Amino acid sequence: MTKEQSGKGTMTITEKIKEKLPGHLLDSGGFRGDETVTLRKEALIDAANYLKHGLKFEFLMDLTCVDYLGVKEPRFEMVYHFYSFENNLRLRVKVPLSLEESAVDSLSSLWLSADWYEREVYDMFGINFNGHPDLRRILMYDGFAGHPLRKDYPLKKRQPRIAESVKSKT
Amino acid sequence: MGLETVFGKSFLTSRVDDAVNWARKYSFFQYPFVTACCGMEFMSVWASTYDIARFGAEFPRFSPKQADVLFVVGTVNEKLAPVLKRVYDQMAEPKWVVAFGVCATSGGFYDNYATVQGIDKVIPVDVYIPGCPPRPQAILDALMKLQEKVSTETVLKYKGK
Repeated sequence: MTKEQSGKGTMTITEKIKEKLPGHLLDSGGFRGDETVTLRKEALIDAANYLKHGLKFEFLMDLTCVDYLGVKEPRFEMVYHFYSFENNLRLRVKVPLSLEESAVDSLSSLWLSADWYEREVYDMFGINFNGHPDLRRILMYDGFAGHPLRKDYPLKKRQPRIAESVKSKT
Repeated sequence: MGLETVFGKSFLTSRVDDAVNWARKYSFFQYPFVTACCGMEFMSVWASTYDIARFGAEFPRFSPKQADVLFVVGTVNEKLAPVLKRVYDQMAEPKWVVAFGVCATSGGFYDNYATVQGIDKVIPVDVYIPGCPPRPQAILDALMKLQEKVSTETVLKYKGK
């Protein structure tokens, strides 16, 4: 179905990305007409440029991260959701990241909305974003140790900011 | 019995505690520290059906310096805890605290890295209201319990001193 909707010839989005970035497409798939591509992290900024200006995915809907600790390697996977108003298409882009090299290029130069999303991912997962203008925590407070949505963050770990000195009066 | 028998009907005798507590418990000025969905039920208590004004407690003050009762309505997370503590510290004595809903009482189902597991880890609490959210009736019940508590206090001694 995407062959007609993509507008340019008969190639799917996946095929176009594969042609544009040879050797960087790790995996691809689809679900009910929406395509998913998995890219090497070195290709992310080029792919994003191509998606925004070449394939008219003007809108970065969402950007998040998943921690697959103990499920698969590499451990982290960045997930980007793009939308094209012009072609009414959605596209999911995944970028695997290892713990040792958990840095990826920031998309905030292309989409301003990436700024706070990337800060949230940094806060929760400890992923670093190269070229981000202001990479600091957005939800947790200064002085919070660790990244709480990592699967190896202790479930019951608490980091109170006020010492528990007062007790209930009742 | 009292001085009334001597001076007729122009005098009324009481204990200072009783007179002051009577005034205090029917004129609570609230500070609504509303952070979450419990606030909807709290607004309902203010509205005409339940009408918290019947208890003299309808008047919210948005400066802690003018408030008597701190209603902590909703989830308090670790990031917010110092703010809550500061609001409490700014209130003048005498002051009371109501933990409104399970989140303020115990953290509720937010048993996680971010949420304070009950505001009594940060400030002292007088009355706890369970419920997620509590029914307006439960809030009025808590208010009456707080009135009972106030009526047993003495003006001569500050609490906890």
